[in-house]
Amino acid sequence: MRAELVNAIVGGVLKGEKRAIARAISLVEDGASEAEAILSALGPHVGKAHVVGITGATGSGKSTLIHKLILAYRRRGRKVGVVAVDPTSPFTGGAFLGDRVRMQDVTLDGGVFIRSMATRESIGGIADATEGAVRILDAAGYDIILVETVGAGQLDVGVAGIAHTVVLVLAPGLGDEIQAIKAGIMEIADIFVVNKADRPGADQTVADIMSALEMEDYGPASWRPPIVKTVALTGEGIDELIEQIERHKRYLAEKGIRFSEKKVRALLVEALRRAIMSDLLPMIVRSAKFDGAVKMIMSGRLTVGAGADLLLAPLKKFLRGSHGEA
Amino acid sequence: MSVAGEGKAPSRRIRVLIAKPGLNSHDRGAKVVARALRDAGMEVIYTGLRQTPEQIVETAVQEDVDVIGLSILSGAHMTWVPRVIELMKEKGIFGEVLLLVGGIIPEDDIKALKEMGVDEVFGPGTSTEEIVKFIREHVRRG
Repeated sequence: MRAELVNAIVGGVLKGEKRAIARAISLVEDGASEAEAILSALGPHVGKAHVVGITGATGSGKSTLIHKLILAYRRRGRKVGVVAVDPTSPFTGGAFLGDRVRMQDVTLDGGVFIRSMATRESIGGIADATEGAVRILDAAGYDIILVETVGAGQLDVGVAGIAHTVVLVLAPGLGDEIQAIKAGIMEIADIFVVNKADRPGADQTVADIMSALEMEDYGPASWRPPIVKTVALTGEGIDELIEQIERHKRYLAEKGIRFSEKKVRALLVEALRRAIMSDLLPMIVRSAKFDGAVKMIMSGRLTVGAGADLLLAPLKKFLRGSHGEA
Repeated sequence: MSVAGEGKAPSRRIRVLIAKPGLNSHDRGAKVVARALRDAGMEVIYTGLRQTPEQIVETAVQEDVDVIGLSILSGAHMTWVPRVIELMKEKGIFGEVLLLVGGIIPEDDIKALKEMGVDEVFGPGTSTEEIVKFIREHVRRG
């Protein structure tokens, strides 16, 4: 690790120097040995920014929406950081990062920093790198940090877990609204945006979301996700979207929390599901008890379902015990 | 909290900015190159048409690229390139970031551009493999 490099970068980031910010993000993204030292040195300066995740399918108009949000926040005197995440090609490891095309006219604004990131190897990996980039921009003094991801089809656990406010962008006619409801992504959205609201079918999309939300149980004191209609191209609805983001920010502040409960529950369930599949299941499969169960099933002394119950029984007992239940 | 990079091998990727300065609106060549570089495992930041030198260099800084590739078909290379170099020097990235120019450039101008600090000029007949090879061999940050 190069200690001088770390000091120079940390100093530069805290002064808001763009080159230092950019280098810091690269080191984190590359998993360089300096990354940890940089992030921990920036630690005390992190926590002032409001982080907004903007997620939605390709073609929903996220980049244009973000461009308009940048302009609107700048009119309000806020400094805006953007992290735009696009997928890495699983075949070549390369990536085409084109989100800046729609944001070029803010490039020279001193109060705006835009960084394109590729997902690289893993979903978990990008969560770390995105979180690192967000912390660096936060420490550098950006008030609002917008994190753009493609994610209507899947539950983007990592990025949603970083964002204080998650905005799910849908557009009429993409069919993604139904997919989103199916994928259980509804729970992670704090605000719904129906973009391209001047197109036919926009009201139907709004109705679809409303009917999905009706199935959810919202207590009187809990956050009920609003639906905002926008036309990003003309800027229509942008002010209302910002008002809703601010309202959500105030809600979190009043409750004294960083993330809303429904979202955290959904994210934790998803993270557990993945961890069970990737960690717990292989442990069970590798165990001697698993081999024992296989033999019993082979000889007809046990059914497959009963075998699975048998293998899970100690774990269930342990979980019941830790709940203090009978 | 998980710390970025923890338990993972470093995964350095070559990052390339493909930019088209000026008013010319043909970007097919730039896109072909962008795709080839992506397919060679690089991360390509594409900014679209009609970039000013100021926008190009600022984008290169924020994106922390290893390479700037300028696609110039308008014949205005002797205007755009010196300005880009001047700004790269101002921002302290000249000499660290590779500067490549693609387009139809007369022989005399190629010589002049290289003297100014352009690392290589690729004419219309260049294969994308040549460009990939050049970048891999000359990129300055490991």
